[in-house]
Amino acid sequence: MRILVIEDDREAARYMANGLAESGHTVETASDGADGLALALEGGFDVMVVDRMLPGLDGLSLVEEFRRGDRTTPILFLSALSAVDDRVKGLRAGGDDYLVKPYAFSELLARVEALARRRDPAQGEMHIAVHDLEIDRLARRVTRAGIRVPLQPREFRLLEYLALHAGQVVTRTMLLENVWEYHFDPQTNVIDVHISRLRAKIDRDFGEHLLHTIRGAGYCLRAPD
Amino acid sequence: MRPTDLLHTSAFRLTLIHLLALVVSVAAVFAFVYWSTTGVIARQTDQTVAAEVTGLGEHYRRFGLGALRAVVRERSAHQRRSLYLLATPRGRILAGNLDKPPDFAPGAAGWLDFSYARPAAGGIRTHAARGRLMRLPGGFLLLVGRDIQDRAEIEDRVRGIAIWAVVLTVLLGLAGGLIISRNVLRRIEAIDRTGREIMAGDLSRRVPVSPRGDELDNLAGNLNDMLARIEGLMTGLREVTDNIAHDLRTPVTRLRGRLEAVLRGPDDVSAYRAALEETLVEADAVLATFNGLLEIARAEAGGDTAAFGEVDLAAVARDVAELYEPLAEEKGIAFSVDLDAPARVRGVPELLAQALANLVDNAVKYTPAGGSIRVGLQGGRITVSDTGPGIPEADRGRVFERFMRLERSRGLPGNGLGLALVAAVARRHKAGLALADNRPGLKVEFTLPVGDDPGR
Repeated sequence: MRILVIEDDREAARYMANGLAESGHTVETASDGADGLALALEGGFDVMVVDRMLPGLDGLSLVEEFRRGDRTTPILFLSALSAVDDRVKGLRAGGDDYLVKPYAFSELLARVEALARRRDPAQGEMHIAVHDLEIDRLARRVTRAGIRVPLQPREFRLLEYLALHAGQVVTRTMLLENVWEYHFDPQTNVIDVHISRLRAKIDRDFGEHLLHTIRGAGYCLRAPD
Repeated sequence: MRPTDLLHTSAFRLTLIHLLALVVSVAAVFAFVYWSTTGVIARQTDQTVAAEVTGLGEHYRRFGLGALRAVVRERSAHQRRSLYLLATPRGRILAGNLDKPPDFAPGAAGWLDFSYARPAAGGIRTHAARGRLMRLPGGFLLLVGRDIQDRAEIEDRVRGIAIWAVVLTVLLGLAGGLIISRNVLRRIEAIDRTGREIMAGDLSRRVPVSPRGDELDNLAGNLNDMLARIEGLMTGLREVTDNIAHDLRTPVTRLRGRLEAVLRGPDDVSAYRAALEETLVEADAVLATFNGLLEIARAEAGGDTAAFGEVDLAAVARDVAELYEPLAEEKGIAFSVDLDAPARVRGVPELLAQALANLVDNAVKYTPAGGSIRVGLQGGRITVSDTGPGIPEADRGRVFERFMRLERSRGLPGNGLGLALVAAVARRHKAGLALADNRPGLKVEFTLPVGDDPGR
């Protein structure tokens, strides 16, 4: 993927660019708003990572300006401002996701990859299959190897989210935000228990495991190699 | 305060406007009194004089000069206040009780104001009179008049009283206005002085409130409430900064120490790696504490009133319970949810969810296997009860303080900010927060005002 990083802290930008490059992406960086907007308008990026507070043209205005021309490149906001209104402002300006600093690199990588997936036409499909796991989003029905797996509504949403990002790492925070719609961190890691419950239903009685825990990062639903 | 300043106050300006209105109405009252007393008498007098002069003129036309002269003579003899004069065209007096014809322009006729000499005790006095002059056929002059000296004197007196009344009104009004303005100004100045002292840095100062309870006291009361709120926020901010400084310094120092120790130690990649991993965990803990403090400060500050909206507490409680239920079950704790009908309150859903999550999180953390947790909702009251060790009564007041961790929580994860956040969210929502004994265990009651508007 081609990723544009607009971040004024050069050190942070370098870490991020290195990390993304190690994960197999091509990265371009800009350290102020005007340069960033110029690069962004040239186009050709799959995802943009924009710091909210930039010298000169700030991140919000940059994204608003960029979105004016019906440009749909997914944008991830990085910000030191974590209040609910700040998040809302960022999303309203045209951001697709909002990550509060400081963040773990694994979190950033997972979100960038999830954003790139957004434009995947599969996102709108009513039927998702991962190996022999099949999800009917309309009927809210799940089968594994042809056997019906009954799920609670929240379990279904959890599996649905994982399946939409099949093959990608999904972090706990992403799950909290997208499945539970909470933007705070519960003190105890409650998500793990929900995952192990889901795992018990979709994986335990079947030979190959699909739902994997990625240490230090999150979870991944993927077909066996 | 200089007197010129007093004249520029709004209180004094109001007094002046009020005074002007008062003077106009006093003048109007006197004009009415004047018109309805002496004015009426004057008009009546004029009417009788006009009737008499017409009657006499008729008499002359019918019976001639001799008969008129006789009548005038007769009336002159009997009447004291009525004045008569019958004269030739050249001015020679034929009859009447006036010594000489009053001065009037040749050829004049109609109403006439004049004066005449009247004998009185101790000499002759000039009296005012008013009469009607008629020219009879043949050029003879007939004047019928009345002595209006008394009336003129009354009129003069009324006019004098009116002028004095207006002058007095103005003087008293001005004096009253100055006194009122001075009083109001003195109180406003007290507010002003307090304001300056506060701006100079003494946030504990308050505006004096008198026991009168008038609008100025209302204003002063509101200002004091505002000041109390600002002082509270400032204190909170100071506490947060102090806490951040204190509680971040410790772990950061520890973190630094660990790094130094590793650098001093032998060159060993796996040791480095282990140290780095531990450092990362510690850095995350520092950040979590930092975020926790910020969240508390934000929940308390209430800057995001925009986020205040209608919330269904039952839905919030259901979602949080559902998030924690598997965790409790995994620990072997019976988890029950008892939600009444939907409860509409005003609040920030995210904050309410977070506060409730912290309460349930604590319950799960402290309840041993085999115990039970119940999340209940009745009206606007959320109850989280567990069968854990509970909190001794003596400690209940302290557990809502930041970084307050009781002996029993040593060794358990947590940064001592969970309940402090709950307390902050409660304050933000003007909600009641009470700890009780669940016999055994802890019962936390979070009571939100239902159908009220705590956000304003």
